[in-house]
Amino acid sequence: MTNNTPALHDLTVAQLATHLRERKVSAVETAQHFLTRLQANAPLGAFLDLNEEVTLAQARAADAALAAGASGTTAALLGVPIGHKDIFVTKDFVTTAGSKMLIGYRSPFDATVVTNLAQAGVVTLGKLNCDEFAMGSANENSAYGPVQNPWDRTRTPGGSSGGSAAAVAARLVPAATGTDTGGSIRQPASFCGITGIKPTYGRASRYGMVAFASSLDQAGPMARTAEDCALLLSAMCGPDPDRDSTSLEVPVEDFSRSLNESIAGLRIGVPAEFFGEGLAPDVQAAVQAALKEYEKLGAKLVPITLPRTELSIPVYYVIAPAEASSNLSRFDGVKFGHRAEKYTDLIDMYKKTRAEGFGDEVKRRIMIGAYVLSHGYYDAYYLQAQKIRRMIADDFQQAFQVCDVIAGPVAPTVAWTLGGHGNDPLADYLADIFTLPASLAGLPGMSIPVGFGAGHMPVGMQLIGNYLQEAKLLNVAHRFQQATDWHTAKPEGF
Amino acid sequence: MNAFVETSNPARAGLKSPLVMGYEVVIGFETHAQLSTQSKIFSRAAIAFGAEPNTQACPVDLALPGTLPVMNKGAVERAIQFGLAIGAHVAPKSIFARKNYFYPDLPKGYQISQFEIPVVQGGEIAFFLGDQKMSVRLERAHLEEDAGKSLHEDFVGQTGIDLNRAGTPLLEIVTQPDMRSSAEAVAYAKELHKIVTWIGICDGNMQEGSFRCDANVSVRKPGAPFGTRREVKNLNSFKFMQQAIDYEVRWQIEQIEDGHAIQQATVLFNPDTGETRAMRTKEDAADYRYFPDPDLPPLVIADEWVQRVRSEMTELPRVMAQRFVTEFGLSEVDATALTQSRAIAAYFEATAKGCGQPKLASNWIMGEVSRRLNADEVAIDACPVGAVYLAALISRISDGTISNNAAKQVFDKLWSEGRADDKLALSRIDQIIEADGLKQMNDSGELEKIVDDVLAANPKNVEEYKAGNGKALNALVGQIMKGSKGKANPQQVNDLLRQKLG
Repeated sequence: MTNNTPALHDLTVAQLATHLRERKVSAVETAQHFLTRLQANAPLGAFLDLNEEVTLAQARAADAALAAGASGTTAALLGVPIGHKDIFVTKDFVTTAGSKMLIGYRSPFDATVVTNLAQAGVVTLGKLNCDEFAMGSANENSAYGPVQNPWDRTRTPGGSSGGSAAAVAARLVPAATGTDTGGSIRQPASFCGITGIKPTYGRASRYGMVAFASSLDQAGPMARTAEDCALLLSAMCGPDPDRDSTSLEVPVEDFSRSLNESIAGLRIGVPAEFFGEGLAPDVQAAVQAALKEYEKLGAKLVPITLPRTELSIPVYYVIAPAEASSNLSRFDGVKFGHRAEKYTDLIDMYKKTRAEGFGDEVKRRIMIGAYVLSHGYYDAYYLQAQKIRRMIADDFQQAFQVCDVIAGPVAPTVAWTLGGHGNDPLADYLADIFTLPASLAGLPGMSIPVGFGAGHMPVGMQLIGNYLQEAKLLNVAHRFQQATDWHTAKPEGF
Repeated sequence: MNAFVETSNPARAGLKSPLVMGYEVVIGFETHAQLSTQSKIFSRAAIAFGAEPNTQACPVDLALPGTLPVMNKGAVERAIQFGLAIGAHVAPKSIFARKNYFYPDLPKGYQISQFEIPVVQGGEIAFFLGDQKMSVRLERAHLEEDAGKSLHEDFVGQTGIDLNRAGTPLLEIVTQPDMRSSAEAVAYAKELHKIVTWIGICDGNMQEGSFRCDANVSVRKPGAPFGTRREVKNLNSFKFMQQAIDYEVRWQIEQIEDGHAIQQATVLFNPDTGETRAMRTKEDAADYRYFPDPDLPPLVIADEWVQRVRSEMTELPRVMAQRFVTEFGLSEVDATALTQSRAIAAYFEATAKGCGQPKLASNWIMGEVSRRLNADEVAIDACPVGAVYLAALISRISDGTISNNAAKQVFDKLWSEGRADDKLALSRIDQIIEADGLKQMNDSGELEKIVDDVLAANPKNVEEYKAGNGKALNALVGQIMKGSKGKANPQQVNDLLRQKLG
C-alpha cells in the first residue's frame, strides 16, 4: 500500500469489505494487522481473550471464498474482522461475561448472533471486556479490570459494552458486537465517540447471550458509522424461533437499503424531559447543535413529552434485577464455572461459590431482585413496575403520533473519570435515565457522535425509532454523518 | 398453593362421609403425569427412561449460559387433550412462571411451571366406588418441567446428578379436597390413571415415575372446618396409596386425640415400614419468588387448535360407557367396568357385536375371561381366546347348543390351544363340542324318558312338591341333569317337570 492510502485500521467496515472484495488486501493480512494492534494496545483493557490460530483460520477461509468469487449479501462482510462482547458465548474463545464465576468457561456452541455474523463472512478477532454480566455503566464492574477510554485514558469508556466501544474508538477492531439492556450499547458508544444501535427487542436472537435481564437484553453492532452498523445489523438479525421464543418472526432485512433517502420533512420529536435539570450544559449544547444541523437537512423539530422518563429508573431497577436474580441462579458451582474450593456442605458450597464468584454490583442486583420478587413485596414492586413499564411504552406510542423519530442526549454527561462515581451505585443508575425508557418499551435506539464536551470528550446523540424502524433510524443517522464529520474524529495516539 | 376454601361438591349432595373413629377424612390429590412426548418440554433432547446418566440432556437441559427454553407443542397438545377429556376449560392464554429455588438437580435454579394462570382450569373426574357413583372436582392442571435426579448411592459418599429427567414434560393435576376416604382416593387415582392412559398422553407407569401422586390429607369432626393438612408423597402404587393414607389418617387422629395440633408438613411414605415420616414442615417452606418467565411469551391456544384436538380425540371412557348403556342395555356399573381400559372396551365391543348378546358377553368378560386373565397374569390384548372365538362360543350358548357350564369347558380348551385363525372359530368350537360330547339334549323324547324315570324313582320329592315345597323341584332337576350327564337343557327340564306335575 502506498503512503497516501489510509491505514487498514482507519477504514470503515464498508471500505474494508470493498478492499477485501477487490483483493486489495487479504483477510489474513487484515486479521494479522488488527491482532498486532490489539496486542500492542493491551493496556487499554479492551480484550479478554484472543485465539490467533482460530482467527487466522477463519481469515484463510474468507480468503478462499473471496478467491472463489463469493458475492452477494452472503459475502457483504467477507473477511472483515470484528470483536465480540464477552456476553456472547463462543466455541473457540473463552466466555466469561466479565465474571470470575465463568473464569475459563468454554461454551459448546456459538451464540446465534455469532453464527449469523460468521455466515456473513466475518472473522472473529476475540472477546471484548464488559461489566460483569453486563451490569454497569462504566465497565468498572468487570472481574478482569476496567477498560480505558481512548479519548482520555483516565476516564471510563462507559458500560456495559465498554470493551467494544473502546476497541472500536481506538481502531483495534473495525467493529464489535455489544448488548444493550438499559443502554449498554448506546452509552459507551456515546462516551467513546462511535456509532451503535440497539434494535427492537426480539430482532436479534438472545440465544447464546449470557442472560442479564431477559425481557430487556438485546444485541446490536457498534462501529464508527451508521453505514457500518447497517451492514452488521443486517447480518446479525433474523428470526430464531427454534432457540429463542422471544425472537420476532420478522424476515431478515437489508438495513442499508434506505441509508441515502432524503430526510426532508422528517419529524424529529424532542422530549422536554430529556433536556431538563441534570443535563450537563456541554452535552446539551452539542445535542442542540446536532438538532439544528437536522433542521438544515430539512427535518422539523416537534416538541413532545415522555412524562414517565424519571420513573424509568425505579422501574428498570426493579425489573432488571428481578430477572437477573433468577437468571443468575444457575451459577451455583454444581455444573460449570467457579466452585469454592473448601466447603462443609451443599449450602456452604452455594454460599461460598457465589460469594467468591460474583462481584459487588452483581450481588447487589441479585439481592434487590430477590427482594422485589419475595412474598409480600411482589405486588408492590414487581407488579407495579410492570404496570408503569406498559405506561412508558404507551407514552412512546403517543409521541410517535406526531413524530417519526425521537432525538435527545444519550447520557446526562460525558464520560466520567474512572472511579469517579466511587462507591455510589445510585450515581451510575441515575446516569441511565435517557437510555432506560426505550429499553423498557423495547424500541430501537442508537447513538451517534455529535461533538465534544468538557475535556474534549465525545458527546453522543440518541435517536429512538418506533418498533422495527431500524432502517429509518440508520437512514436518519447516515444522513447526519454525510453532512458532518464528528464520526471521523480519532483519539490521539491511535 | 392457595388455602383450601370449602365449597360443596354438588355431585356429592346427599352422600354421607364414612367416619374413622368419629372423624371425617378429607383428601385432595396432586398428580404429576409425565407426558408422552418424544422430546423435552423446552428442549429438543430425547426422553427415554433408563438411559445412561446425562445422555439425554442437551445444553438447554444443563442450563448452560445463553440457553433459552422453547415450548414443545406436543406437550401443550396433550394438556389440551386432558382438558377436553375431563370437561375442563382450556385457557386461551396461560402463563409460564419461574419457581425459584436452589437444588443440585435443578440446573437453572428455577423450575418453569405455571402458577397464576394454568392451561387447564376446572373439570371433574367421575368414577364408581363399588356401586356408588362419585365425582371429584379438579382445580387445575398445569404444564411444568421435571427436575433431574440426585443419586445418593454408589458415589462413595458423594452425590451424583443425573439430568436425563430434567426438562421432562409434566402435567400437574390438582383436585379440590373432595375425597372422604382412602378407598375413594384410590378409586379417583385409578380413574385418573385410566383417563391419561386411555387418551394416550401418559404411559401411566407408576414404577418409573410416569404417574406420581401426592395426597393432601387432613381429618376433622363432621361439620367442623377443614383440619390442617399434611402432604403425603411417594405413593408409587395404588396399594401404597391406600396404606399410606390409612396410616396417615390414624396418625393424625391419634395426635388430635392426644391433644396435639397437626402441623402442616410434607411427609414421605415408607413402603417398608408402612409409615409416613415428616420431611419438612411449614417453617422450612421456601419463598419460591414466582414471577412470569420472561423467556417465554404467554401460551396462546387458539380455539381452532382446541377444535382440531377435539375432532381428533378418541371416544372417552365415560362417553363410551354411556354408549354401552344405551346401545347394549348394560348397567352403568358394568359399562364402567368394561371401559376400564381401551383394550377391554375393544374386546367387549367386538365380542358383543360378534354374538349379538351384549349381556352374555359382559358377563363372560367380567367373569370367566377376567378370572383366567388374572390367574395367568395375561393382559387382555394377549388373551388366548380372541373376541371372535368368545363371540362364537357365546352364540353357541344362546342358540341352545351348549349350556353355560359346557361353554366353560370349551373355553378352557380354547385357552390352552392359544390364539388361532378367527375364520375357523365356529368350526373349531363345534368340533370341541362334538368331540367332548357337550351338546345339550334337545331331543324331547329322550329327555322325557329320563324325567319319567326320575319321577318314578323319587316319589317322596314329588309328594313334597305337590304339598307346596318348591325346593323339592330343585332336587328333581338335579337328578334329571345327572341322568342326562349334564347335557339336558335346564330350561327344558323345568318346563317338562311343571307340565308333568301339574
